[in-house]
Amino acid sequence: MSSVSPTTIHGQAGVASRNRPLRTRLPKRWYAHLILIGACLLSGIPLFYALLVSTQTNAEVFRYQFTPGSGLLENWDVVFYERHLHTYMINSVIMTLGITIIKTIFSLLSGLAFVYFRFPGKWIVFGFVLITLMMPTEVLIIALFRFINDLEWQNTFLALIVPFTASATGTFLFRQHFASIPPELSEAAQLDGANPLQFLFRVLVPMSWNTIGALAVVQTIYAWNMYLWPNMIISDPSMQTIQVGIGTLRLGGGSLRFGPLMLAAVIVSLPPVIVFILLQKQFMSGFTLTRDK
Amino acid sequence: MIVSPVILLLVGAVIGAAALGYVFRRAGRWLLLGLPLGAVAGGFGAILFVAPLGYCTFETEREQLDAIFGFLLVAAGIALVVLPISWVAGRLLRHESLVSTTSQPTQGTFKHWWIALPLLVPTLTILALFLYYPSAETLRLSTMLSRLGARREVSVCVDNFTRLVEDPEYLDIIGRTLYMSFFIVVLSMGLSLLIATMAYLPLRGASIYRILLVWPYAMSPAVAGIIFLLMFNPSGGMVNYLSGNWFGIKLGWLNDPKVAPWTIILASVWKSMGFNILFYIAGLQNVPKDLIEAGAIDGAGVVRRFWHIVWPLLSPTTFFLIVTNVTYAFFETYATIDYLTPGGGPLQSTTTMMYRVIQLGVYNNDMGKAAAQSIVLFMMVIGLTLVLFRTGGRQVTYGV
Repeated sequence: MSSVSPTTIHGQAGVASRNRPLRTRLPKRWYAHLILIGACLLSGIPLFYALLVSTQTNAEVFRYQFTPGSGLLENWDVVFYERHLHTYMINSVIMTLGITIIKTIFSLLSGLAFVYFRFPGKWIVFGFVLITLMMPTEVLIIALFRFINDLEWQNTFLALIVPFTASATGTFLFRQHFASIPPELSEAAQLDGANPLQFLFRVLVPMSWNTIGALAVVQTIYAWNMYLWPNMIISDPSMQTIQVGIGTLRLGGGSLRFGPLMLAAVIVSLPPVIVFILLQKQFMSGFTLTRDK
Repeated sequence: MIVSPVILLLVGAVIGAAALGYVFRRAGRWLLLGLPLGAVAGGFGAILFVAPLGYCTFETEREQLDAIFGFLLVAAGIALVVLPISWVAGRLLRHESLVSTTSQPTQGTFKHWWIALPLLVPTLTILALFLYYPSAETLRLSTMLSRLGARREVSVCVDNFTRLVEDPEYLDIIGRTLYMSFFIVVLSMGLSLLIATMAYLPLRGASIYRILLVWPYAMSPAVAGIIFLLMFNPSGGMVNYLSGNWFGIKLGWLNDPKVAPWTIILASVWKSMGFNILFYIAGLQNVPKDLIEAGAIDGAGVVRRFWHIVWPLLSPTTFFLIVTNVTYAFFETYATIDYLTPGGGPLQSTTTMMYRVIQLGVYNNDMGKAAAQSIVLFMMVIGLTLVLFRTGGRQVTYGV
């Protein structure tokens, strides 16, 4: 259904409320506002409380003080000088950039091959990629763990990046997108004597920034939030990534200190949340494209 | 019971020949090609899994359970080989293209087809090495007693699987995983749909509401665990302090085996709702307004309009979300569990199937058992997806 009539029920309601003079009555659909404000509070309170605690000392946490405390600087010292959170963050940044950039390039290349070439056995190759959508890494992680140990890649960025650089999702995303680009473009490029790679980087990539952005958001969040794999394969603290590394703040130094832990949790969550909020539109378009195969 | 490889081959060949013979007969051509092709495929399928095992399931000193498992393997092998071949053959015989035609432009393709090879090599190599090979390895490991380091491997036939059937603890873990996953998926999706039906309305401040609602998607399951640890821990947690003050109730959120799974469920619902709200809002925006308008003119109330117009039109979104949410509940909750209840909770009450696999494979260094349980997990996810495809894929969607 492509044609949605311009004058819809909700559209008219919107126009009407804008033209209405200021009134002191309850706003229209006050129940919706009520539910939404409730939902926002429910989802916001845990993070808000974590923010509060990140400024508090343990004594203040146990006094259930619901105002900012006096321990922010001390907590900051614990997080960055005692526990070296920045080491984990740098490792995570390298891993995330590595996975996202390499995966995007590989997906662009395979998307190009699937759309702009006709070769024998194409459907078999395509099926080979398609089937991997049904193979979650988690169910073969034990064998992968053994294989990486055999390669002696433990505690290296190779183990953190290489196994995740190919993506059926990415390949389909670009295949779908390229297929929607008029074929006249590639004919014109060929007449001008462009080779496939020139065509890809000079013509297709500039037309695909939205799709690239979509894949980048999904992959950045996926890689940054990875927990199970680094936890298994990395045992050297100087190579550990952030989601596992943050756990070291729980241990040692007597009792659990909530302030530093929450400060770290908030700091760790900022990059993906900011990326996600800024690139929300691309994120959605990326997913909707992969959905209708 | 005497089951020789020859008998298995023969049975497989007969079944395969019958299946492909049927496909070719319906197409009305090349029946003489179909029968031998099917026989070879069926025979191959019959011994696909049991031959690498050395037919050990059918040895006389083995229990009946092993033999039954062996026959299941034979059936699975035949299905795995014959069904795809029948499908492909059927399409080829009817002259249908195997790849959807929309993304197959006939113009504008480059001349030298072999240039496609180097373009595909990176993706194909990575997929083969780090997805296909470990998958095959998982199958092989699941029949082994295998350890990392000491490097000793002994074949144990299908014991890693058959022992699971008799293991009440493992059945408990399956039940627990399903219980937790069910509530995570249903609560998260139900609440998200309710909130999305409000958030997609053209309210004042709608875009601010949306940002405030969807951001938890970008939080990691690990951080969700950490923040809920702060709020729900029995000593010093805000939740117990407030519920104790107001209602005089203090629950063992993390150390009571009955309550601990619910702490995991709550944390997971909190984290996953943002994603569901985002997609339900998008789904609702795709519902044609004139259909709802027509329903309103015909006198349908809000509930009936929702149930008869909006809900069926949302079915693709719901279907997509069920699949992603089940995957989330099965796999991604690992980090939340590991931070909230390290070690799998009091009396193993928050140990899911995934958590068990890692406990066995990484901490107990029993790779064979862990691989076998991975396969059980995989079968469950695939089974669930296929069931959903059959029920959800058929629903009428009015071409949206």
